[in-house]
Amino acid sequence: MAGAEFETPELSEHIEVPELVEGTMEHITCFVAKPNHQEDLGFPGEKVENWKEVAIDKMGDLLSRYRSFQVFMDACVKCGSCTDKCHYFLGTQDPKNMPVGRQDLLRKVYRRYFTFAGKYFPKLVGAVDLSEEIIDDWYSYFHQCSQCRRCSVFCPYGIDTAEISMAAREILDSIGVGQKYCNEIIGKVHKIGNNLGLPGPAIADTLEGLEEDVWDEDEVAVKYPLDVKGADILLVTPSADFFAEPHVDGLIGYGKVFHEAGVSWTLSTTASEAGNFGMFIGSYENMRRVSLRIRQAALELGVKRIVFGECGHAWRIAYSFLNTLAGPFDFLDPDYPVPQHICEFTLNEIEKGTLEFDKSENDDMSITFHDSCNVARASRMGDTPGGQFEIPRKVIKAVVNNYHDMEWDTIHERTFCCGGGGGLLTDDLMEVRVKGAKPRMSAFKNVMEEKGVTHLAAICAICKSQFTKVLPYYGMDMFQIVSVHQLVSNAIVLNRKTPPEEAPDYGDDD
Amino acid sequence: MSSVYALLFIVATIVLVIGLARKIVQYAKTPAPLKIPTTPAPVTQTGVVFRLFREVVLFESLFKSTKWTWIFSWLFHMGLFLVLLRHVRYFIDPVWLPIQLIQPFGKYAAFAMVAGLAGLLVRRIFVDRVRYISAPSDYLWLLILLMIGMSGAMMTFVIHTDVVAVKQFFTGFWTLSGGELPMDPILLIHLTLVAVLMILLPFSKLLHIPGVFFSPTRNQVDNPRERRHLVDWARKFEES
Repeated sequence: MAGAEFETPELSEHIEVPELVEGTMEHITCFVAKPNHQEDLGFPGEKVENWKEVAIDKMGDLLSRYRSFQVFMDACVKCGSCTDKCHYFLGTQDPKNMPVGRQDLLRKVYRRYFTFAGKYFPKLVGAVDLSEEIIDDWYSYFHQCSQCRRCSVFCPYGIDTAEISMAAREILDSIGVGQKYCNEIIGKVHKIGNNLGLPGPAIADTLEGLEEDVWDEDEVAVKYPLDVKGADILLVTPSADFFAEPHVDGLIGYGKVFHEAGVSWTLSTTASEAGNFGMFIGSYENMRRVSLRIRQAALELGVKRIVFGECGHAWRIAYSFLNTLAGPFDFLDPDYPVPQHICEFTLNEIEKGTLEFDKSENDDMSITFHDSCNVARASRMGDTPGGQFEIPRKVIKAVVNNYHDMEWDTIHERTFCCGGGGGLLTDDLMEVRVKGAKPRMSAFKNVMEEKGVTHLAAICAICKSQFTKVLPYYGMDMFQIVSVHQLVSNAIVLNRKTPPEEAPDYGDDD
Repeated sequence: MSSVYALLFIVATIVLVIGLARKIVQYAKTPAPLKIPTTPAPVTQTGVVFRLFREVVLFESLFKSTKWTWIFSWLFHMGLFLVLLRHVRYFIDPVWLPIQLIQPFGKYAAFAMVAGLAGLLVRRIFVDRVRYISAPSDYLWLLILLMIGMSGAMMTFVIHTDVVAVKQFFTGFWTLSGGELPMDPILLIHLTLVAVLMILLPFSKLLHIPGVFFSPTRNQVDNPRERRHLVDWARKFEES
């Protein structure tokens, strides 16, 4: 639990594949959801009595509804291609953290109950009966997967452990053994509208504070509007952007870009969260419910476009699933993609020439970019494959003078997860998070030493929070993680001045 | 004895065809409710065909991953493919020209196949990560395939069998005219193991053969913003 003793791994020059040590992470258990967290989401409050039967039935149900799950259970040939690709394995040496090791926790039960070979020759194919111990293993190890999809890049059949983790978590939820962190948060979104449970007035207050800050600094009245009907753009952003560092500096940046672009925009109280933890628990129903808030807000506010702020898994759901879950979006302006990423928006304005930058404002930093897994391997930006790598880099290079990439095999589709994605960003999983960050921290440290890089820029709220926490474990500074739009915010020249008669009056409080 | 083998191959063929067809129907019928291609992914259907082609013929993802596994498995699969093509001549008469032309390649491909399999077996035994994930069946498959390959190569290069009689036996299948199988032990081992493989294939990890074509992370077009993707069970939520 929080504060438990563990050793931070040593960083090495190259990312080395360690030897196996069985059971190093067996002791990991995150807090179990309380009955009310479970019931809010439509799951049993406590572990059901006939859990074995329910779990197998649920597995059968998922096999019949998800082709990915069915094919992935069958197709693995145990070639070992994925075994050295997971950051949690590389950081912990636990073989059950190898993608195939993790999958097999579920596959051996699948084989036992759903295949001829497993029913009649279980020993031959490594099939086993479902037991308490296996449920414990599922609970432990399927909450040590950040669903980052790095394994799926290297699998000759495209087997994606994320899909299998999602299925496992859904089975666990169905027997009443859910994870507190995810399920409590999803409940908050259903009830209040965002992961952090921030009520409307608190958001309004924060946004007013941001307006004041920008005014104090630049004497320009940049607006951060909330619930403005008839605005052109609805901005949906992770709720961490409202108060966490460095997230909020990114939000300030979005506002400045919109201001300079001269577009009308708004945030929404009811859709004050881009994140959607429904994906982490594999629940289509919950993911859909969370997504529908965005559709609802867009309709109520009468906007023409939807733009998403910096958030990795949110962008996966926005880009890949939103049209499915909450579409069709035929009521929006067909000239723009639905939804758009803030980086797509900003780059578009840069290319149109509407934005002016003073890059020297960022000269105290030398930047590298962390490709967030859900953006890199589960979505796209722009019109061409790989736009998700190029567009954020183009934005960064437009606003900074010093930029260097990390090693080629740790970026783009090969990027390493921050270690905190997929519903693991909770203090009770700190050991997993720190150890899982090892490969990314190694690559970052190397580019610091070789190229003099000082800061890591990211476009994901979870990555930002995670790095803030784990950088100090590796002897670095928590402020070395920055938002991409924070860099934009630093460099942007605000040319749309505020006429004196429209100057806001924040009073003289000193 | 020949009729026992005739029966064995009839059963093996039926099990293989029906077993595989059932799995293919299952994969095809199971919906894929969400767009989950591993990106960067092709944005057109043609692009997906190319992606699958590279995956199936060149083992692109495996190549990105570990070169040793890639070399061994590619040698094995391409060797097997040529060997299988060469075997077509035992089932048709007259033999098509392309099959005649690949005969010399198919002959030596047996070495590639066996070498690849041996490499994979060594890797499975000596790399601790791969050893950890291996069940007895994983070793058995390699051994069965190795023995099929080696017994076949033996008959090609060392102790020849009466291939004319073998051909008569198998072409007799289609015409129901029968034919006597030579009672060579190596041939009988070879054929028995092939029949075992055919029977077990639909119940084993060899389902990666149809599986790769149905893998949503590889066969989906990356166009979710442009086209709404909705399956039937998900549509039901919208109606309620």
